[in-house]
Amino acid sequence: MTIDALGAILLIPAISAALLAILPGYLLTAKLNVVAALATFLTSLSLFVIEPTSGQYLLLDDLNKVFIVLTTFVGFTTSVFSASYIHHEIETGRLTPAFLRFYHAMYQTLMFAMNLALVANNIGLMWVAVEVATLTTVLMVGIYRTHEALEAAWKYFILGSVGIALALFGTILVYMAARPAVGEGPDGMVWTVLVQHAAAFDPALLNVAFVFLLLGYGTKVGLAPLHAWLPDAHAEGPTPISAVLSGLLLNVALYALLRFKMMLAVNSAAIAPGPLMVTMGLISVIFAALMLYRRRDIKRMFAYSSIEHMGIIVFAFGMGGPLANFAGLLHMTMHSLTKSAIFFAVGHIAQVKGTQKIADIGGLTVTNPVLGWGLMLGVIAIVGLPPLGIFMSEFLVVSSTFSRAPWLTAILVLGIIIALGGLFLRIGAVMFGEPKGKTAPAEASYVPMFTHLALVAMAGIYLPPVLVTGFTNVAKLLG
Amino acid sequence: MSSLQFDIAHLLAGSLVLASFMMLYQDRLYALLNVYALHAGVLALSVAWQAYVQQAPHLYVTALIALIFKAIIIPVALHRIIRRLGIHREIENVIGIGLTMMAGIGLVALSMVVMLRVTPGADALAREDLAFALSVVLLGLLIMVTRRNAVSQVVGFMSLENGLVLAATGAKGMPLVVEISVAFSVLIAFIVIGIFLFRIRERFDSVDVQALDRFRGERR
Repeated sequence: MTIDALGAILLIPAISAALLAILPGYLLTAKLNVVAALATFLTSLSLFVIEPTSGQYLLLDDLNKVFIVLTTFVGFTTSVFSASYIHHEIETGRLTPAFLRFYHAMYQTLMFAMNLALVANNIGLMWVAVEVATLTTVLMVGIYRTHEALEAAWKYFILGSVGIALALFGTILVYMAARPAVGEGPDGMVWTVLVQHAAAFDPALLNVAFVFLLLGYGTKVGLAPLHAWLPDAHAEGPTPISAVLSGLLLNVALYALLRFKMMLAVNSAAIAPGPLMVTMGLISVIFAALMLYRRRDIKRMFAYSSIEHMGIIVFAFGMGGPLANFAGLLHMTMHSLTKSAIFFAVGHIAQVKGTQKIADIGGLTVTNPVLGWGLMLGVIAIVGLPPLGIFMSEFLVVSSTFSRAPWLTAILVLGIIIALGGLFLRIGAVMFGEPKGKTAPAEASYVPMFTHLALVAMAGIYLPPVLVTGFTNVAKLLG
Repeated sequence: MSSLQFDIAHLLAGSLVLASFMMLYQDRLYALLNVYALHAGVLALSVAWQAYVQQAPHLYVTALIALIFKAIIIPVALHRIIRRLGIHREIENVIGIGLTMMAGIGLVALSMVVMLRVTPGADALAREDLAFALSVVLLGLLIMVTRRNAVSQVVGFMSLENGLVLAATGAKGMPLVVEISVAFSVLIAFIVIGIFLFRIRERFDSVDVQALDRFRGERR
């Protein structure tokens, strides 16, 4: 069997994970981690040139191509950030070299699991991949072994496991619904086969299955009221992991949900998944926006902002239709880029100041101008001010849904505005207040952060036609 | 399928639900573990019976995993951990036993109503299996929310997972069942035997999750 690009984006992280677990010396392994992530990213780009054929286990279509490229890109930039981040952690003694070996191996395992979840053409395999991704992140969140980190990891483990358990029950129910139409055996879990025959599935069983899948994978997406693990996991783990969690893992869970939504869309007798998703999305937006006002921890604050944005994205996909899907997809991409850039900045800031407490950080634009203004730019982008990319995508979400559901869209806009107020209220003192905390210059790598921000800024002004056609195709696919 | 085969499958799946109920009211860790071992043993029997009825030899692997790993290794390991941590005292139920049992009965009724209503087309064995499996899953969740102790929460989670294995084996001809049960065992092995409890012990000298909750919410 020859290995095509689809196999390669799984093999590269898998082999690197094994290598990184063996090799000593964190300087070397940090570099190797970057190289592996870059290789995976380049391989994923090759998917646009030579399209491998989908098989029974691996699948490539327009939808997951977008996800794969985004995942491998942010995976790569985060590995660059991670290299300078952990350098500081070693110096301050928060992590030991032995832990770093483990950390790097886990990083690549996580990349492997996420890629596997994205390319899997089998709903069982996809579930296993999401489970592995959850496990690796649980271990990484707990890596500092402080009270808070352990509590966060424990909470994440318990809620995440319950989530994936419910998702498995949903998966089994999908198989049960498919069995009369598809027949017994391996075909009953192959996604492409399932979609072909979905019209003949038992609608009642499919409905129950979707509820379980929504609750299960929805936990991983971080939708309120299933979000309880998310702020802790983001706040207490190493910052590169916060960036990957917010920027990528939430998307992967969302991707799983979208696949099942597409399946339900084929079956006209089944419930429309849209209203359920819209409701959960709106609850998440409003809830997270209100929670932003009382945050004391800077990473935690941006974690709540992630819940808000996942809410917006799920709302857009729930409304459906080519335009709203396009907007949702664009918003997801913009959010991944912006939020990981913010976490890159926050990670370095927390290292310089030696704290994550908002009250103890002040006057960043004076003490660390580059980091400070970088974060400020990120915040301006994330709250959706023009002319940056998130403004563009939020505008599209609102304009494409307003005519169909004016009241719901009004609630969404209200949530976005509340969140804007909350973030600015909290970030103002951090940026422009009296300089507080240590003022040592940061040994930071600014390239990943500003690359992301530049992309987001560019998307706000000009979307390349290739991207527009690509997203339009996916939006049609999503129905 | 003969009615005897059906009855035995029914009996075993029903026993699993009963074992879940027994776990609900155990207020000592050792007793809880023993009931869990029983739970896993019943699961192994049930899966083996399904393997025989469906003539699906690969399911024997799942049954064997359930028997050796879940019914023997995990309980023994947890016994040791509990002894070493010195926490073999009473577990606090967050709400009273009576209320917990009532809630459990409610959940079983709920899952019967839901599953039997949506699966009129499926064959009788699969229907009953799914309904029982959902009951076990929901009871597992109930065990998890009514306990504060980290070990008993893990036990609750494992019983929940047994329900999922029951559902997966009941769905005739489902692919990847063995792989999924292995993946789940890995998940549990990771957590139970390994790092977690030891780390929690290391830092807190307690596996009472309430001690963890001191830091819930914002750090001040």
